Amino acid sequence: MLTLFLILLPLVAAAVALAAKGESVKQIAFLFSLVEFAAALYTIFQFTPDASTQFALNLSWIASLGISFKVGIDGISMMLVLLTTLLVPFIILSSFGHRYKNPSAFYALILVMQSALVGVFTARDAFLFYLFWEAALIPVYFLAGIWGGEKRIQITFKFFVYTIFGSLFMLLGLAYLYFQAGTTDLEAIYALNLPAGTQSWLFWALFIAFAIKMPVFPFHTWQPDTYTESPTPATMLLSGIMLKMGIYGVIRWLLPVVPEGVAQWGTTALILSVIGIVYGSIIAIRQHDLKRILAYSSFAHVGLMSAGIFSLSIEGMQGAMVQMLAHGVNIVGLFFIAEIIQRRVHTRELQQLGGITQNTPSLTVFFMILLLGSVALPLTNGFVGEFLLLAGVFKFNPWYAGVAGLTIILSAVYMLRLFQGVMFGNRNEETEVFTDLTLTEKVTLIPLAFMVFWIGMYPAPFLKLTEPAVSELLKLVVR
Amino acid sequence: MFYSVVLLSIFGILNLFIGFLKSRAWLLPITVLFLLIGLVANLSDWNKEFYFWNYMMSTDNVSVAFTSIIIFSTILILPLSRYFVHSETAPTAEYYAILLFSVVGATMMVGYENLLMLFLGLETLSIAMYVLAGSDKRNPRSHEAALKYFLMGAFATGILLFGVAMLYGATGTFGLSGIKQYVVTNGLTGSSSMLMIGITLVLIGILFKLSVAPFHFWTPDVYDGTPSLFTAFMSTVVKTAGFAALYKLLSVSFAGVYDIWWITLAITTVLTLLIGNITAVYQNSFKRMLAYSSISHAGYLLIAVTAMTKQSQSSILFYSLAYSLATITSFAVLILVNEFKSGEQYNSFNGLAKRNPFLAFTLTVAMCSLAGIPLTAGFFGKFYIFVSALNKGLTWLLVVAVLMSAVGIYYYFRVVIAMYMRGSEEPALSEKIVVPTSFQVVLVISTLLTILLGLDPDLIIRYF
Repeated sequence: MLTLFLILLPLVAAAVALAAKGESVKQIAFLFSLVEFAAALYTIFQFTPDASTQFALNLSWIASLGISFKVGIDGISMMLVLLTTLLVPFIILSSFGHRYKNPSAFYALILVMQSALVGVFTARDAFLFYLFWEAALIPVYFLAGIWGGEKRIQITFKFFVYTIFGSLFMLLGLAYLYFQAGTTDLEAIYALNLPAGTQSWLFWALFIAFAIKMPVFPFHTWQPDTYTESPTPATMLLSGIMLKMGIYGVIRWLLPVVPEGVAQWGTTALILSVIGIVYGSIIAIRQHDLKRILAYSSFAHVGLMSAGIFSLSIEGMQGAMVQMLAHGVNIVGLFFIAEIIQRRVHTRELQQLGGITQNTPSLTVFFMILLLGSVALPLTNGFVGEFLLLAGVFKFNPWYAGVAGLTIILSAVYMLRLFQGVMFGNRNEETEVFTDLTLTEKVTLIPLAFMVFWIGMYPAPFLKLTEPAVSELLKLVVR
Repeated sequence: MFYSVVLLSIFGILNLFIGFLKSRAWLLPITVLFLLIGLVANLSDWNKEFYFWNYMMSTDNVSVAFTSIIIFSTILILPLSRYFVHSETAPTAEYYAILLFSVVGATMMVGYENLLMLFLGLETLSIAMYVLAGSDKRNPRSHEAALKYFLMGAFATGILLFGVAMLYGATGTFGLSGIKQYVVTNGLTGSSSMLMIGITLVLIGILFKLSVAPFHFWTPDVYDGTPSLFTAFMSTVVKTAGFAALYKLLSVSFAGVYDIWWITLAITTVLTLLIGNITAVYQNSFKRMLAYSSISHAGYLLIAVTAMTKQSQSSILFYSLAYSLATITSFAVLILVNEFKSGEQYNSFNGLAKRNPFLAFTLTVAMCSLAGIPLTAGFFGKFYIFVSALNKGLTWLLVVAVLMSAVGIYYYFRVVIAMYMRGSEEPALSEKIVVPTSFQVVLVISTLLTILLGLDPDLIIRYF
């Protein structure tokens, strides 16, 4: 029931938000997202950290086709539910400083998206999974398309068609699995044992959908533009949470479903991911737009996560789990800082910024903390994840790890360049009058900074949460 | 089924007399009532299987279901007639009577047990449609539509009749079960060339009505020129009846010679999907896009026919319903938008979300359903058709279908983008649209059903 509550509460909240008028809708949405987070925390305390699926619920749905409304939470799902419910309050809070036209629709869409995301991470039925998967896309498409920047229509449309294109192949794959298993139940699909030739094409049918969502090189061309043009809350949803749908999809719906397909094509996927790391980082170094740099950094980071997963080692998988949370925290924080800067100076161009640090001590500190987390400095959250990920890739093949390891150097280069360009240097007319953080902004950033250090210094509770489920899952993949 | 055919024919004639009444206000309610009675009479045959009229017609649950979809769609379309037939000079009663007769024709196409009845039903339906296509007398494009439809349609019916004659020559009977027996016992031996020519010609005749490529050339012009009200009827009722007829013919009579016709159908399916979807992308008129979209949906339905598995029948049924609901919504909104700012182009929809959020929302749901986005009936319909084709191992056909679905998203969402993301520059486009009650009822029913069937498709498919 708890799972169902987690899925339904944001929907109720969305309905309330739609009914509410005026600016108060912000507070309502924020309040509901806090309740949702509290419910998720309660779930974690009730959660026994073993490999089993808990809080399961199995309702008969389309009985004549063997499709049921089956949800449940294991360690992996728990981590992602935590990520979703933790980040959405921050995303809503970060939007307080900006007045969006038609706010009730705006916040309702964010909440509907949250509901769908929790659904994706808890679904235990292929059909249900696909439903939530698509349901998560629609709200963010409208968020980006209605409230986005100037070129929003073309860019978000490209994003939409691109991702649906991938999803449709996944649908074909899932329909095939259903046809083989006679049911869409996850357990039955795991137990299928299809011939290697079939698994080979199924791998691609499913992988393309996930690869587009993450995105993995060369399926990334929609991403930088979409991240840049979307309103910042939508960018945060996309980069902080939605990107993890792709990773989660690989973990839950690709590796254990087609283990032999992974044996054939896993290395290819890993190499593509590694290419993405280096490619994304190098492009990030050449960018001048704040959001664009962050977009490419996100592309590079997700490449490492994907590579870690395809290393099929416990270190790589566990690293990906922690890194998903860490990356979510960091990227949401960084996009928020980009938004703060844009609100005050009305530009995101590095050339037109500079010298902000002189009147903004607290912004500087928070920016630095989140940035260091992103470049994976020891004692910050990024370090734990990336270290484990690289260890996993190293076990798979030291050469790949060597190339992937470039990310540490390259991310320091583009991130510090970004920091330098924005915060140091000469002030201009616009940045001279830059005011420091307001109270709301501080309230948003303090917990995020806290998370950076917590996961960085004491990651054990997070690792323990996912460890049993991850090792159980790996048994299905590496037979 | 028996009573619904009889009753609706009588009601049609009655309608002509009601036309003499001075007050026209009662025409619409009475006609809707007639159809409702027909629907109830039809549903009373649920769970009964029998032949009637000397083995010319038969009824079972599937044909009852198809007939219900046909009558129900007509009930939803009728209230949209407000702007078109309520002008002073329009012969409203005649239009309604013709619609009732065409429903009878469609019903006969669903329940036929004898090829002559198929021909009769098809002709009743078609002749009614030729008249309605040309009903906008002041519009030359309506004339063009009627003439094109008539010439091409008469040609196709001729081919169909020729095919029926060939089949008679080969098998010595018009009855579906008689043909089946012949096919099962003789297969392709004996007078096989006559049988094959017969099958091919009959297929051509039906596929023409279904606007399947390469017999689709009439569709865009006819759909475009015909008044939107009747285009809605054409693209829902005619399609549903046609597919019911096609499936019945192939599954009852020719299942035994699957090998000789499936490849033909598979090729036309691919052609239809490609032509329908890709051409739709290049349209600037929403109405013309809907015409091509109806071609492409014929393609999806053909996948299920080609597969001919145990899910085919119920998937065709479900898909027809989903498609009809979404199409009726689209045409209802189109009629309103056209009425308030005469235009059927995409840009007439600019900023509709501001002018009337309700209309924009219903049209968005309809577009999602047509595009096959989850939580709508259209998605499940597509999924179900995929499943039916996978059962036959037609994966390559599905790859084409999947690619074309992605193309479909492109043109269906153009109108969504126009409604939500583009503002209207012209001041005329900023005035609010008042939605008449009859439209509201239709839109609410069709949208709710689209969502409901998307959430719980078992409501329908558990019966089949």
